[in-house]
Amino acid sequence: MLKLEKRPQPSRVFAWLTPLMAVVLTMIAGGILFAMLGKNPVEAIRVIFWDPLFNEQFASYSRPQLLVKAGPLILIAIGLSLGFRAGIWNIGAEGQYILGAIVGAGVGLAFYPLDAWYVFPLMVIGGALGGWLWAMIPALLKVKFGTNEILVSLMLVYVGEQLLASMSLGLLKNPEGLGFPGSRNLKDYPSAFNDELIAGTGMHWGVLTAFLAVIFAYILLNRHMLGFSIRLTGEAPRAARFSGVNPNLLILFCLGMSGLMAGLAGLFEVSGPSGQISIDFNTGYGFTAIIVAFLGRLHPVGILLAGLLMALTYIGGELAQLMLSLPSAAIQLFQGMLLFFLLAVDLLTNYRIRFVKREKA
Amino acid sequence: MDLSAISPALLLASLMVAATPILIAGIGELVVERAGVLNLGVEGMMITGAICGFAITIETGSPAVGFVAAAVGGALLSLLFAILTQFALANQVASGLALTLFGLGLSSLLGQEYVGLKPAQTPDLHIPLLSDLPFLGTVLFSHDVMVYFGLALVAAVWAVLKYTRVGLVLRAVGENHDAAHALGYKVVRIRVLAIMFGGACAGLGGAYISLIRVPQWTEGMTAGAGWIALALVVFASWKPWRVLLGAYLFGGVTVLQLNLQAAGLAIPVEYLSMSPYLITILVLVIMSADRSRAPGSLGRVFHASG
Repeated sequence: MLKLEKRPQPSRVFAWLTPLMAVVLTMIAGGILFAMLGKNPVEAIRVIFWDPLFNEQFASYSRPQLLVKAGPLILIAIGLSLGFRAGIWNIGAEGQYILGAIVGAGVGLAFYPLDAWYVFPLMVIGGALGGWLWAMIPALLKVKFGTNEILVSLMLVYVGEQLLASMSLGLLKNPEGLGFPGSRNLKDYPSAFNDELIAGTGMHWGVLTAFLAVIFAYILLNRHMLGFSIRLTGEAPRAARFSGVNPNLLILFCLGMSGLMAGLAGLFEVSGPSGQISIDFNTGYGFTAIIVAFLGRLHPVGILLAGLLMALTYIGGELAQLMLSLPSAAIQLFQGMLLFFLLAVDLLTNYRIRFVKREKA
Repeated sequence: MDLSAISPALLLASLMVAATPILIAGIGELVVERAGVLNLGVEGMMITGAICGFAITIETGSPAVGFVAAAVGGALLSLLFAILTQFALANQVASGLALTLFGLGLSSLLGQEYVGLKPAQTPDLHIPLLSDLPFLGTVLFSHDVMVYFGLALVAAVWAVLKYTRVGLVLRAVGENHDAAHALGYKVVRIRVLAIMFGGACAGLGGAYISLIRVPQWTEGMTAGAGWIALALVVFASWKPWRVLLGAYLFGGVTVLQLNLQAAGLAIPVEYLSMSPYLITILVLVIMSADRSRAPGSLGRVFHASG
C-alpha cells in the first residue's frame, strides 16, 4: 500500500525536477491526444518543440517570435508570482493587460501626429498606470472590506473586455479607418511605435522590460526586506503577523505590482507586435501567465525559462496548425494539461511516497 | 427609447430562465464548499458540460440524454480536481484555475464540429390550469423542466444539509476536517463525492446555457457564469435559499440590461453588458463584511498523518 509521508523540508532536488517531469508527462499525454486527433504524435511533438527553433525553413521566422511571445508572458508572470508567493491571488491579469494597452495607446493617440521623443515614454507611464489602477480596485476592496480578490479581479477582466470593445468602436476608433472597428495603427506613427531594438531578433522594449523585471524580482525576493515579508507571509502567515508584517501593505504592493507589470505588457504589445487597439486585441496572455508562474515555481529564473517554453508551445502550436492542421484548441488544452501535471507531481516536493505493508487488524 | 416594449410578465419569466444556469452551478458549488473544498474550476466544468450536453443532444436528438451527458462530463472533469486536491494534496486555488483553463481548451476542441448547429428544442411544460393563469401562468408555470429541477435541487440540498445524517457529516467535514477524521468519517471520500456532485451540477448549468438559454454552441459561451456562480455562494453566506435569491437577483440584472439594450437605451451596449459583472463586485463588497459563515476548513489541505 502507498503511504504519503510529509517531508520535514521541501525537497530541493524535486523542486527543480518536478517542472521537467511535468513537461515530459505533458508531452506523453499530449502525444496521446494528438494521436486521438489522427495525427502522428512524434511528428506533432517535433513540430511544436523542435521545428520552431531548428528547422531551417521556419527558424528564421520563429526564433524572433519566441521573444515576442515570451516577453509579455514573463513580464505578467513575474508580477503574479509576487502575489502568489504571499497567497494573494490576482487572476485578473488579463484585464490589467487590456487596461494598460487602452491607456497607453490612448496617451499615444492623443499626441498623434506630434513627432517627439517623449511620446513613447509617456505611453509607457500610461500603460503602467492603467494596469496598476485596474489592479488597485481589487486591492483596495480587499484591504477596506475584505472582499475576495480572486472574484473581483476576475470580474474586472470581463469589464475590461467590454471596455476594450467600446474603445475600439468609439473613442479610440481610427477616424480614417473607413468605419472599421479598431484604432489607428501605431506602426504608422514612429514616435509611438515600439520597434525592434535589434532588427530580426524580436527584441523590443517589452522584452527588455521583462528581463529587467526578472532581475528586479530576484533582488527583491532575495535581498530585500519586503521580499522576505512576501515569502514569510506565504510560508508562515502566523509568524509573519507576529513579526510585524503589515498584510494590507503587502496586498497593495503585490496586486499593484502585478497590475503594473501586466499593464506594461499590454502597452508594449499594443504599441509593437499588435500595433492597434481592436476588439480581439487580448489573446489570453494574462491567463497563460498563471501557468508560466507556476511552471517556473514562482521563482524569477524559473519563470524566465517557463515563459520561453510556453512561448515555444504558442509558436509551435501555430506551426502545427499550419503543417498538420492541428486545431488551435489542442494547444490550449496542452497548456492546461501542463499545469495539471505540474500540480500533481508537485506532491513529490513536499511528501515522500513510502510502500508499507497493510497491517493485519 | 421605448420602455413600454418591455413586458413585466415576460421580463420575470426570462429572469427565471436567465437565473437557472448560475442557480444550478451555484448550489453545486455550495455543497462542495460546505464540505470544505474551494473549487474555482466552476467555469471550466460549466463550459465542458455545455459542449458535452450540446454534442450529445445533436448526436442523439434528445435533450434529456444531453443533460445527463453534461452532468457526467462535468463530474468527470471535477474528478481531475478531486485527484489533484484530495490525493496529490495540491493547492486548491491553483488546481481550480487549472481546471478552468483545461476545461476551456477541452470544450473548444470538442466543439469544433458543432459551431452553428441547432440542438433539438427542449419543450416548455404546459401544466393544465396553472399555465393558463393570467400573468402568473407566464411567469411561473410555463418553463422548461430544468427551471423546476433547479428549484427542486435547492430545496433538496437545503433539506439534506439541514435534516439528514449525510448533511451533518458533510458539514462536519467542512467545518473541521481533523475532528471529523478523528470521529472516523472518511474525509477524503466524502469530499470527492461532494466535488463530483458540484461538477455534475456545473455541467448541468452549462448545458442549460448551450441547450436552452442560447441555444447554440460558441467558444467560451459561458462568459464568466461559472465565476458568478462562485460569487453567488459567497453572497449566499453558504445558505441554500440565499443562492436562489442571489441567482434571481443576477438573472434580473442580466435580463434587464438585455431588455434595455433591445429598447435602445442611450447607454452604449458595452456598458450595459458590463453591468452584471459590476453588480457582482458590488454585492461581493457588501457581503464581505459577513465572513463568519464560511466553513471552517474551507480551502485547507487535509492530510491524515500517522
